Amino acid sequence: MSSKLTMHVNVDDFLPATEEEKRYMVQMRPSSTFFKDGMKRLLHNRVATVSLIIIIVITLSSIFIPMFWPYSYDKMLGVNPGKPVDSSFNNLAPFTYGKTELKHIEAGEKVFPHVFGTDSAGRDYFIRVVYGTRISLAVGFFASIIVLIIGMTVGSIAGYCGGKVDLIIMRIVDIIYSLPDMLMVILLASVLKLTLGPALAGTALEKIGSNIISLFIVFGVLYWVSMSRLIRGQILSLREQEYVLASQAAGAKGSWIIRKHLLPNCISVVIISTALQIPNAIFTESYLSFLGLGVNAPMPSLGSLASDALNGLSSYPFRLVIPALVISLIVLSLNLFGDGLRDAFDPKLRT
Amino acid sequence: MSSKTLKYILKRILLAIVTVWVVITVTFFVMHAVPGGPFMGEKAISAAAQAALEAKYGLDKPLLQQYFTYLKDIVTRFDFGPSLKQRGRMVIDIIADGMKTSARLGVVAACLAAVIGIPLGAVAALRRNKLIDKIIMVVTTAFVSMPSFIMGSLLLVVFAIRLAWLPANGSTAEGLILPIITLALYPMAYITRLTRSSMLDVLGQDYIRTAKAKGVSGVKIIFGHALKNSLIPVITYFGPMLAYIVTGSLVVEQIFAVPGIGRAFVSSITNRDYPMVMGTTIVLAVLIVVMNLVSDILYKVVDPRINLE
Repeated sequence: MSSKLTMHVNVDDFLPATEEEKRYMVQMRPSSTFFKDGMKRLLHNRVATVSLIIIIVITLSSIFIPMFWPYSYDKMLGVNPGKPVDSSFNNLAPFTYGKTELKHIEAGEKVFPHVFGTDSAGRDYFIRVVYGTRISLAVGFFASIIVLIIGMTVGSIAGYCGGKVDLIIMRIVDIIYSLPDMLMVILLASVLKLTLGPALAGTALEKIGSNIISLFIVFGVLYWVSMSRLIRGQILSLREQEYVLASQAAGAKGSWIIRKHLLPNCISVVIISTALQIPNAIFTESYLSFLGLGVNAPMPSLGSLASDALNGLSSYPFRLVIPALVISLIVLSLNLFGDGLRDAFDPKLRT
Repeated sequence: MSSKTLKYILKRILLAIVTVWVVITVTFFVMHAVPGGPFMGEKAISAAAQAALEAKYGLDKPLLQQYFTYLKDIVTRFDFGPSLKQRGRMVIDIIADGMKTSARLGVVAACLAAVIGIPLGAVAALRRNKLIDKIIMVVTTAFVSMPSFIMGSLLLVVFAIRLAWLPANGSTAEGLILPIITLALYPMAYITRLTRSSMLDVLGQDYIRTAKAKGVSGVKIIFGHALKNSLIPVITYFGPMLAYIVTGSLVVEQIFAVPGIGRAFVSSITNRDYPMVMGTTIVLAVLIVVMNLVSDILYKVVDPRINLE
């Protein structure tokens, strides 16, 4: 650039670029996006990566192991139609067999081992733990999705509309937020269990069980508030941005602005708090199962397995320890992964 | 106290009152929505006897009238009506009975959590990234991610059954040791982590650097300057801690057979003793709401800079 004040065009500025100058313009590596940056930070976090691997392994095995495992979670091995009940299958220690199975083994046949033994009703305990893990994970996942949808809708409406709508919604949120959640959960779960049972009979939902449905309802009623607070706060600050004004000036409607401009911009906050909601839901489910308000028998969940194990605690402590370990492992890795996600995608949120 | 703080406190008290009212209302209508009424499931009783029972407990009146009577009795006399299953006893008496044991359990657990958690957190912050800090963080992370019923059952297996050091039954004073430890571990771990992070925050402040520059000794910096300020966030945890202890005691009392309010609550749910369920829910909810209120106000008074809303 010429620093002289002159009307003449500097011819040097219009020379073709030299090879060296061209090299400056070459893109050495693809430009990074927000998502790529975050993933890179996440994978650098060793704790979060290990947690993610643990979660994936547990999830995949809870989905696929029941497909090829020769026993099912509700089959009482000692009970066969047309034959007297064989109690030798009840309360087997790990890697031991019932009477008929021992005969098969003597005859040279192969019998699939009971890795964790059987429970007091003669059901293979390993598959019950796997199935319980599946139920607990599914409950945690779907409960978080419900919380996400309700919280996101209400929060974005409150944040975008502002004024009276916001005031009323936020007062309701305040009250629900200050309710003692666990007591309300127990109360609602115990009542819904009684009311929902007959109402669901014969519908497609019956198979899921009234208790899980009531758990979802409880989550939908009580736990959306912190999510909606979070999203409202995000939207309040995003609403003042210029691109929203530009969109309004171009004639965009409220729902369009919420969906196209505001929500995508708080998506990382949403994903992080959803990820942290899952262990919370698993925790609550296991707690309720322990009090007898969880999944319907014979379906197992990790909480109900632990609770059932209390009866034979002195003789079979491993039946408590195994589901206990699995719950703790899931909750711990989800929490650590959620923390890693937060650090990677939203360093501002770090507390 | 500034007028802004006063306004905040008034608003907070109002919210607490509304919350308690919502709890009472929700509890009442939810319990009365149960199909079949409280006398279902008992031995088949004649229609006349059923009507007599309903008249005795005022269940024959319109629902709204029952609701206002219930509300009035609670507000004016703390009266939750008679228990349906423990004949001849009032709900409030059963709650008061159970509360004696549970309060001892809860208070000792809370004190234990604070007394161990705060120094542990301070030590971890002062020895940041040293071995002791890492050990403390790993152990507390493990405690925080273990549900209380699992912790309780594991302690029961190890100390009461395998080692037989302590009794498994919580009805004696000695038997309360394991339940107390079970209840204290989670809040203790939480307080440790909270103290550590707020201590680290405070240690990075300018006035600590000033004190160091003036040549104040390390011990005096910690006890005179840092600890006091780093305890402020811990105050906010008192409310949630109580809520945790109350809900935790429901399962812990179940595991160790402690004759407290938590066990009475759980058995009243399975027995369908509706007045008992309602009464206990309301009393525990009031306890939690009041404790949250106190810790929020305390927080605001101790540190007026904090903008809570």
